[in-house]
Amino acid sequence: MIALHLPALQVVLPLLAAPLCALVRRGTVAWAITLIASWAAFAAAIGLLLRVLDEGIISYEMGGWAPPIGIEYRVDLINVFVLLVVSGVGAVIVPYARKSIAARFGSTEQAWFYTMYLLALTGLLGVTITGDAFNIFVFLEISSLASYVMIAMGRDRRCLTAAYQYLIMGTVGATFIVIGVGLLWAMTGTLNLYDLAQRIPEIQNTRPVLAALAFLTVGISLKLALFPLHLWLPNAYAFAPSVTSAFLAGTATKVAIYLFLRFFYTVFGGEGFFVTTPLPEILLLLSLVAMFAASIVAVFQSNVKRMLAYSSVAQIGFITLGISYATETGLTGAMTHIFNHAIMKAGLFLLIGNVLYQLGSVKIEDMAGIGRKMPITMAGFVALGLSLLGTPGTVGFISKWYLGLAAVEQGQWWLVALIVIASLVTMIYIGRVVEVAYFREPTAQVSQLREAPPALLVPAFVLVGAAFYFGVETSLSVGLAQQAASLLLNAAY
Amino acid sequence: MTDILASVNYWVTIFLMVGGLYIIVAHGNMVKKLVGLGIFQTSVYLLFLSPGKILGGTAPILAKEFELYSNPLPHVLILTAIVVGVATIALGMAFVVRIHEAYGTVEDDEVQELETDA
Repeated sequence: MIALHLPALQVVLPLLAAPLCALVRRGTVAWAITLIASWAAFAAAIGLLLRVLDEGIISYEMGGWAPPIGIEYRVDLINVFVLLVVSGVGAVIVPYARKSIAARFGSTEQAWFYTMYLLALTGLLGVTITGDAFNIFVFLEISSLASYVMIAMGRDRRCLTAAYQYLIMGTVGATFIVIGVGLLWAMTGTLNLYDLAQRIPEIQNTRPVLAALAFLTVGISLKLALFPLHLWLPNAYAFAPSVTSAFLAGTATKVAIYLFLRFFYTVFGGEGFFVTTPLPEILLLLSLVAMFAASIVAVFQSNVKRMLAYSSVAQIGFITLGISYATETGLTGAMTHIFNHAIMKAGLFLLIGNVLYQLGSVKIEDMAGIGRKMPITMAGFVALGLSLLGTPGTVGFISKWYLGLAAVEQGQWWLVALIVIASLVTMIYIGRVVEVAYFREPTAQVSQLREAPPALLVPAFVLVGAAFYFGVETSLSVGLAQQAASLLLNAAY
Repeated sequence: MTDILASVNYWVTIFLMVGGLYIIVAHGNMVKKLVGLGIFQTSVYLLFLSPGKILGGTAPILAKEFELYSNPLPHVLILTAIVVGVATIALGMAFVVRIHEAYGTVEDDEVQELETDA
């Protein structure tokens, strides 16, 4: 019975828990509710994965109304993979949130924060699981509105302008997506993604459909922070509370990338339509610019969180690079990097959150000698940093290996060289933090510091451990990514 | 000429869409930007609603005397989109109020100056 309704429960559990948090208005109770709901959502995602592996695509009729009229939740390997990433990151962060959030907010505000957290989680899971184009928009806006609020709860007043800017750009992006969906609906009379995929091939070269494609591309690219549409991201991640930054960096852009894949490979999937458009070349170019420009900008940041945010833009460039190949290996690399980058960046933001918690600042010059005073936190930071630049034995290496392999398959050795060079730039900005943290004398402020409490260390180290575990044992991440990639290329849905 | 008149709903939609986007980009005042955002979103409501309307059609009522009726789906969709739009504008306004409290201004360039000073 429960297994039958897992697709609905995946979304409904956090959705119902959110107003509960708002009603109890007590931080601790709200946290407990959030903890249960987020882990239940993670369990639901695992349950869905097992069912999909067992019986293939699951089609769930919301409210018993048959698709294409009713809303369908359609779960295949591609979105169950993303569900797993989103709910997994969401579940690991909640135990961390308790201390981090309680340090700054009163009881009622904590409850509000958890309400927003659950709504954002609901929205992201909903976007991923639904098989209805308009439903995607609604869930996207639920998650976006909640994340704007979560960003505006930062301690620096600049978080307000960052949230405002994100609201404007995010809404423009979402509205572009609705315009695209509207045009598709006007042409086909359906909103069901599966139904759309059946009807589009006949008319895919008509002007409204191509216009829809253009609107969808721009809208989704804004949401996934593809260079040069990434301007909302750096400040939003830099000034938001640590929990928010870690959660959004691990999930929000990943879900947008999933949408990109879903629209281009499944909905517009007929006969390799993606490669007949100029998109692969454009995407390749923008990805390369993102990998280099954002990494280089990251090197010159004085705020470490802002540095990590720019690094996110660069890493998204790696993911879209994999998409632009439009080959199975390339897509495998992209899907694997969705998984791997979520682990690494969420972990890095949590660890830098520990520094913020103890030191009250994430300016790089304030962190002199902090490696001696907070050895565990900084060791985790270095470990994830090594993974980010792609050291063998870590997850970062696995995804870059596949991205490089895909370039070799196409005989483009120069791309391999560029991937390696971009990784070296990663080494520079991570190295800057390492240099300041370990090789400088502690300042007066730093020398009074103590290691962060275990409640903050354990969740972060779960992610550090995952970064090494999945760097060796790749059957889950790469294995699933590979199957998902072949599904994407065959437009099987 | 008749072509233009026949698709007048699309011309209005496109005019509002581009106008709204222009206001968002061109104006430095944060409230005005939200006005632009509102206009931009409204244009999408028209994009959905106008193709769904059939001249002379009524609401979809199951009764013998009505045969021609408009598709109810776009109305339902846009009702949802309006709710989303209201929430977005309200949240945006709330941010503007907080920005005004924190910076004493809602002009983009002045806020930016204050941020670089800090």
